[in-house]
Parts: sequence; C-alpha cells; structure tokens
Amino acid sequence: MELFNSNFWWIFSTAIFIAVPSALLGCFLVLRKMAMIGDAISHAVLPGIVVAYLMTNSYNSFPMLIASALVGVLCTFLIESFNKIGRLQEDASIGVTYTWLFAIGVVMISFFNDNLDLDQDCVLFGEIAYVPLDSIELMQDLFVPKAFLTGFAMMTIVVMVILFFYNGFKITSFDPLYAASIGISLGLINYTLMSLVSFVTVFSFESVGAILVLAFMVVPPATAYLLSNDLKKMMFLSCLFSIHGVFWGYILSVELNSSIAGAMATTLGIQFFLVFTLNILVKNKKRNTAKYQVS
Amino acid sequence: MIISILIGISLLGLASGLVGSFTFLRKRALIGDSIAHSVFPGVAIGFLVSQSKDPVYLILGACLTGFLSIVLVDVIVRKSKLKTDTAIALVLSVFFGFGVLLFTYIQHAYQSVQTGLDKFLFGKAASMLESDLIWLGGISVFVILCVFLFYKEFLILSFDRNYAKTTGISVRKYEMLLSLLTILVIVVGIQIVGIVLMAALLVTPASSARFWTERLRSMLILSSIVAMVSGIAGVFISLSMEKMPTGPWIVICLSFFAIGSILFAPKRGLLSRILKRKRIQKQMLEDNILKTFYHLGEKKVTFLEPHSREELLDRRYFKSDALSKGLKFLIKEDFIIKNGKKYILTDLGLKRSKRIVKLHRLWEMYLSTKLKLKGDHVHDDADTIEHFITEELEAELERILDYPEEDPHQTKIPYA
Repeated sequence: MELFNSNFWWIFSTAIFIAVPSALLGCFLVLRKMAMIGDAISHAVLPGIVVAYLMTNSYNSFPMLIASALVGVLCTFLIESFNKIGRLQEDASIGVTYTWLFAIGVVMISFFNDNLDLDQDCVLFGEIAYVPLDSIELMQDLFVPKAFLTGFAMMTIVVMVILFFYNGFKITSFDPLYAASIGISLGLINYTLMSLVSFVTVFSFESVGAILVLAFMVVPPATAYLLSNDLKKMMFLSCLFSIHGVFWGYILSVELNSSIAGAMATTLGIQFFLVFTLNILVKNKKRNTAKYQVS
Repeated sequence: MIISILIGISLLGLASGLVGSFTFLRKRALIGDSIAHSVFPGVAIGFLVSQSKDPVYLILGACLTGFLSIVLVDVIVRKSKLKTDTAIALVLSVFFGFGVLLFTYIQHAYQSVQTGLDKFLFGKAASMLESDLIWLGGISVFVILCVFLFYKEFLILSFDRNYAKTTGISVRKYEMLLSLLTILVIVVGIQIVGIVLMAALLVTPASSARFWTERLRSMLILSSIVAMVSGIAGVFISLSMEKMPTGPWIVICLSFFAIGSILFAPKRGLLSRILKRKRIQKQMLEDNILKTFYHLGEKKVTFLEPHSREELLDRRYFKSDALSKGLKFLIKEDFIIKNGKKYILTDLGLKRSKRIVKLHRLWEMYLSTKLKLKGDHVHDDADTIEHFITEELEAELERILDYPEEDPHQTKIPYA
C-alpha cells in the first residue's frame, strides 16, 4: 500500500518520539493544574530559540538545550513572581508573561531578519512532512532523518528524568505539603518539570509547532484522566491514546492533503470528545440502573 | 490612511480595555486566550462555506467557533473531573490544530486566494484596507456602547455573581452578552495583533489598571487609556523601523505599562509595599529601643539618666547593627541625645516611650480583663500590637478600661 511507505514510517516514528514524552509530562501538568503554564511556556520559548539560533546557527544543539531549559525556568519564575511578589492574580500573570515574551521573540526575529532562517509561522506550525528531507548518513546507505535521531534522544532523556524523579513528581503532584514535610524540594521538582516542558517544546517546534506540542501534552493525558484514577495507568493510557491519535492524524492529513500536525491535533481532539461522551453515557446508564434497582 | 489606522486602533484599544477589565475581574483572563485560538478554524469555515473573503462570513464563522469554544470549556468542566486550566488548554490546542488543518487544506485546494486569510493569524495593522477598518471601528463602537448600556449589570456580575442572582437579573443572559462582546473584540483584534498576542490586549491593560485603583469606573477608564496609548505607540514604533510588525510592539508597550504598574503603582505596587514595610520596621525598632530606655529608667526611678548600649542590650535583645541603626535614627529625630558613649532620652523621647509602654500595658489589661486571658499569656501579643494602636483606639481602650492604674503584672501604667 502506498500510504505506508518509508516516509510514513519516518514521520510516524518521529511523531511518536514527540508525542510520548509530551504525554508523559502532560500527565503531571494536568494533575498539577498547570496546563496553562505549559501553554505559556510553549509560547515563551520563542525568544530563547532566537537567541540560541543566533549563537549557533542551528536548531538542534547543546546551547539550544540549555537555552530551552533556561527559558522554561525564566517563564515559570516570571509567572510566579508576578503572582506572589507582584500580587497579580494567577491567570493574568500567565497571560501577561507569555504574550510579553512571545512579542519580544517576534520583534527579535524581525530585527535579525537577515541572519535568521526562522519566522513565526514555522515556530507556530512546524512541518513534520519535511522530516525525511533532512537526513544524515548513519552507516553506508542507511539514511536516517535528523529529527528522528533528536526525537529519539529527547524521548530517552525525558523518560529517564521522569523515572529518576518519579516519586518526587508523583508526591508533589498529589500532596505538596506532605512532599515538603518529607524533605522533597517543591521548587526543584517544579522547575525540573517546567524545564522538561520547554525542552520538549523547543525540540519539537520544527516538526509540529509550539501550539500543537501543547495539544500533545494536554489532550491525551486529559483523555486518560477521564478513565483512570491511578497515575501509572493514566501515563500508560495517555501514551496509547497519543499513539493512536497520531496514527489517525497521519491518515487524515493524507486524505485532505493538509498539515500533518494540525490533523494530529484534530484527531486527538476527536478522540477526546468520543471518550468524553461515552464516559458520560456510561455514567448516566449506571446511575439509571442504580435508580431502577433502588425503586 | 495612517489617521484612519490610528482611529481604528484607538477604538479597538478602548473596546478591549473595557471588555478586558471584566474578564480580568471575573478571573477569566485565559478564556480570552482560548477564544483567540478558537476563532482560527472559524475563519476558514466561513471561507469554505461562503467561498468568498467577504469579512461578514469570516467574522460570522469566527464568532461561531469562538462561542463554541466557550461552551465546550464550560461543558468539560461541569461534566467531568477535569479542571478549568486543562479544559482551556485542551480546547485551545485542538481548535488551533483544526484551524491549521483547514488552512493548509485551503492553501492546497485554492492556491490563489489564501493571502487574504493569513492576516487573521498574525495580524497586519499596516496593510489594513478601508473596509477592514470600517468593520473594526463599527464593532468596537458597538462593544463600547453595550458596556455603557449594561454597566450596572456587568458590575454586579463581576464582583458578586451570587448577589447578582438574588437581585433577579438574568445572570446567564448577561454572561452570554459579555462573552459575545469578548468574542467580537477578539475577532477584530486578531487582525491587528494576531492570535497569540490577542490575549495580551485583553489581560495586560486590565492588569495594569488594577494596580492603580479600587474602583471599577476608574479601572475601566485607565485600562482603556493604557490600551489606546500602547496601540498608538505600537503603530508609530513599527512605522519608524523597517519591516517591523505592529502587533508585537503594541504588546511590548502594554507589558511595559503592566510591569511599571506592578513595580511602581502607589499602595499596591511592589516598591511602595517594600517602602511601607521598611517604614513599619523602622518604627517598630525605634519603639522597642525607646521602650527599653523607659524600662531601664523605671528601675532607677529617674528617666533622664544616660544609658550605654550594653545596658540596653542587657535589658532586651537587639541585633547589634539594628540597634546602631535605630539609635542613629532616634538621634536624628531628636528622641535621644548622645553623651559620650551613653544615650539620654529627650523630653520628646520620654513622651513617645511613655506612650508605647502605656499602650503595651493597656492592651495587656484589655486581654486579661475583657478576654480573661492569663497574665502570662498577654505579653507577646501586646508586644506586637503596641506599634499599631491608633489614637482613636487608644482613647477607646482608656475609656473601656477606665484608666487602670496597673497592668496585670502590677506595674504602673504611665499616663502622659
């Protein structure tokens, strides 16, 4: 079948390398009620990307990794400072911070227009269809797309950090006071999580764009959260949901000849609303049977 | 042309400043962000359905998906255990993704026409057409009029929703109206600043204004002014440089106002709060030192005898550098005089020290006689409150307790 050619496999697997770490991190964002901070970070990385790009002339580099982590920390720090020290209500702090950083990023792009192969379209949308075009020769006659490799490295790093901090992430998400009382540093855990979020955003924006990373981060965990009360189960389910959504997204984009990432976000959304509706229907049915039994 | 752009941007600023204040006060600042992203597919749907770039259809489509997004966020929060932030992020990213899907579809299917639509994404103030400006101005004026007409209803709604319900006004109806106004502002606003930055046009002026006032009316005026000034400044900055986009400069100007307000606004601003704390700390330190002078004097029965640092420190614990600083302040303000290595109270200092000791002991009396606390439980509380008792309260305490002679520890209460 023509659909499942080698391009499909490269794109599909790269998308999964972005979707899985996003879904895992997203579980914590959803549980900690920090989904909108994730949104803020995904926008606020723009100036960080510009600065790191100007320094190194490439998107995938060690400085980029440092810059991404720093911007995540900076953005979280600004939101918290506006909120706690500046006494601006939380939703407004988020809104003010990320629009401000994003605007600075756009102005920087216009300012360094001549030495930048970067515009805000590509930061917002990305194009995963180009992934197979930029390949390097790994062994003789074995060409592997760069994004596939960086994606794989990114997934490995994120999974390893999550495994390492798993208990910290878990306890601070459910009971921050208890976590603090047994000596877990809330700040450290929080900033680590936010650094990871911005790290994933920066290393995926070229493929799927900053806003659609947010879809990967929030939608599958939200879907999984509807069905489970157990963190491990939720993480597992959200990975499944994201892989499933990504697959149908690819098919949809081929059918419509449209953006792959946009189609993936759409299928993830459809998947959520299906689960959401079914979940309500099942609940209602259970309630009705219970009523029947009582009467 | 530039005049009409400026007029358009000022009207938009006015409208967004007004509507944004209400969304801010109702703690729904991020809903604005969600609507801004959600109108994106609506524009594409409007185009696909009508097969034209007529702004009527595009705006209609945008309003439709914008409204749908509010409803969806509401339904998700009510019908599941997901919280508002997750619901907003979910709806925002999925709608935006759907928008990207439709736009890329249109790009490939109708290669010639796509150029007119992408201004909805990033906003292009400079290339606005006369017809766009008429829409922008018209909608802004409509929004401004609505806010004037329903000012009272919106006011109650923003501050006390439950009270609004009891007064019998139809809360749902006015919430809908407010949502509709928000959507309208966003739909015209994104053509100037773009989807991502639209949230700033709603949140940032209101955030700045909130720091300067406690009254809704002045907050509305201030946030409109902030939005208008930033809009005009943004246009001029982007015109003065080559290839500079207008939207981001507007947002940078807005943020400048917001950060300035957070830092420097009187009363609520960070700087004035720090200064106030410093002032109180200084006052407390001075009070405590003078009190110690009084206690030393009380033991020797004469208050105008010189005391050294060591004597003070024996009587009460001070940090060494704090004590030096406090003594310096007191000398400067003529409460004490330095005499060699020792310090003596002046008449002024004696008066102030007496008052502090009196307040302390009156409060102890009050706690033990009126609140029936044990004598050994009252000192710490009095030590804190003595710095904050006003003259009115002082008079009231004296009246209630009827000028007692002694405190619960049987020491004399000094009256001036």
